[in-house]
Amino acid sequence: MSATQPEVSRKLGAAGRLNEWINARFPLQKMLAEHVTEYYASKNLNFWYGFGVLSMFVLVIMIVSGIFLTMAYKPSATEAFASVEYIMRDVEYGWLIRYIHSTGASAFFIVVYLHMFRALLYGSYKKPRELVWILGMLIYLALMAEAFFGYMLPWGQMSYWGAQVIISLFGALPVIGEPLVTWIRGDFYISDITLNRFFALHVIALPLVLVFLVALHIIALHEVGSSNPDGVEIKEKKDANGVPLDGVAFHPYHTYKDVVYITIFLILFSLVVFFAPTAGGYFLETANFEPADPLVTPEAIHPVWYFTPFYAILRAVPDKLGGVILMGAAVMVLFFLPWLDRCKVKSIRYRGWQYKLALALFVVSFVVLGWLGLMPATGFYLILTQIFTIIYFAFFLFMPIYTRMEKTKPVPERVVYHA
Amino acid sequence: MLDQTRKLLAFVVAAVMLTPAVSLAAGPSIPLDRANNDVRNVASLQRGARLYMNFCLGCHSAQFMRWNRIAQDLQLTEEQVMTNLMFTGESIHDTMQIAMPAADSEVWFGKVPPDLSLISRSRGTDYLYTFLRTFYVDENGNSNNKVLEMTSMPNVLWELQGLQRAVYDENGDWTGFERFREGSMTPEQFDGAVRDIVNFLDYVGEPIQVERQRIGVMVIAFLLVFLVLSWLFKREVWRNVK
Repeated sequence: MSATQPEVSRKLGAAGRLNEWINARFPLQKMLAEHVTEYYASKNLNFWYGFGVLSMFVLVIMIVSGIFLTMAYKPSATEAFASVEYIMRDVEYGWLIRYIHSTGASAFFIVVYLHMFRALLYGSYKKPRELVWILGMLIYLALMAEAFFGYMLPWGQMSYWGAQVIISLFGALPVIGEPLVTWIRGDFYISDITLNRFFALHVIALPLVLVFLVALHIIALHEVGSSNPDGVEIKEKKDANGVPLDGVAFHPYHTYKDVVYITIFLILFSLVVFFAPTAGGYFLETANFEPADPLVTPEAIHPVWYFTPFYAILRAVPDKLGGVILMGAAVMVLFFLPWLDRCKVKSIRYRGWQYKLALALFVVSFVVLGWLGLMPATGFYLILTQIFTIIYFAFFLFMPIYTRMEKTKPVPERVVYHA
Repeated sequence: MLDQTRKLLAFVVAAVMLTPAVSLAAGPSIPLDRANNDVRNVASLQRGARLYMNFCLGCHSAQFMRWNRIAQDLQLTEEQVMTNLMFTGESIHDTMQIAMPAADSEVWFGKVPPDLSLISRSRGTDYLYTFLRTFYVDENGNSNNKVLEMTSMPNVLWELQGLQRAVYDENGDWTGFERFREGSMTPEQFDGAVRDIVNFLDYVGEPIQVERQRIGVMVIAFLLVFLVLSWLFKREVWRNVK
């Protein structure tokens, strides 16, 4: 803000004066500069860096479509299922809002998983971005809770029995197990009161937590600056004005790029919403088109696809408590990534074969475990599940060892960019 | 208390672990025939609606399906629907309810006949198409079904289909059916009639589906144009980045 600004804005007329009035009372200009027009991110960011903005975009989609759903949805065991069908049939464009929300749930996990994979590719979790990673992991935890609570609301067979299985897991904990399960349900079985509280958690508690954590995630990111595919700290080379030589302003450069990403995302998203809203039974499961019946178990109970890798790990262990602990560990171990990885080089472009191989095996194990989570946990499937569970954990447990052995390539001084 | 928890947990875990066995047992016991129905075929939907009202609606409600929506989507006037499809004097604004009390039907059939609003979405059209065509009279003279053994549903379409018994080879494997009493339809006509019913149920499961795809084409077309424009804008903005 230069001293001449008031004069300029007076020439601009009413809009300029309003701008001046606001900025005398609220740091709008300052915040816009800090986070948008003068936030510099590397010019060589590739498409992997689009999944962050896509995650935010899906969050907005979910909040907006969710608000409209609550206008006709009834959080009651006797009315919930029928109210969803009411939305699908009698509410104007209710079907569209509902499909956007149901597809959005899966889309959220797809973009978040790819966003996290980007961090693994380019070492985005490493110093000085450890806190960005931890806040991101907290978002992921909140997102899992949000998805779990939301999945119960249609009150279909899979809503009911999926929740039954997951809530019962807490019962495996010694001593506090049973009281804890009763406390979560608010009843001795999953009932109307459970649905009501899950609705409250889904539409207000978790969304507030999510939005708050996303704000912290971005503030922390903007403090340390975005990483890039070369793992070069662009802040170390600045021009006379203090602008990173390899950085371009978030707006207009990255925003215009993000619009392209968002459009591509919307095309894929619309293909599902308009042409395959159930995604072959993966996004909307067939058993959930039957109303919840506490007396009849569906043919197969499993969580939605985005939880199946962890569900597979749960079932890999014959012992109940052991399975629950291992499943919890599979998520929690991710928090320690910044300290498990001992390699100084951030980007996979300059790292040794050890990390490349380990990451490839980890991705394969995560995908295969996701598939196994949908399969019966018996015989050959069970053995496969155990093998890939070991690979999953080996990626983290041996990380301090193999990342120290890496023979890395020299990291360039400046980012690699071809206009 | 702790014991009860253990038992409940054991039950739940057992239920989860046993799912493969259960799913194999409860799934259709025979390979399903392809329904190949087309929800865009309005004539087929109209025929299916008429068959549904005559043969199914006595027991099976479609409580989420509104009569005037049927009129609108099946290109019928409300008068046509009221005189040809509605027999019980409800309002055209009502949904497809049944008069049979659930308590009675439980006694008569051993099970309340399910509402069919979403049956095409929970079971799939192939399942319904095969189920409705594989009723047979078993060796005890009882009505049975190849997709759902010992189903409590009687063969309500027998007048159209005739009666058939199952044929087995020397190993006891089921090979097909043999008709021992003619129905009012030929087998080909009957398959067509069942396809019409299944088509109608497919429509009832998601009445918006044809419109949804029509809107989808326009949305995708718009987004493709927008993609080109947004990419051109991006290229223009990035032109000076070296």
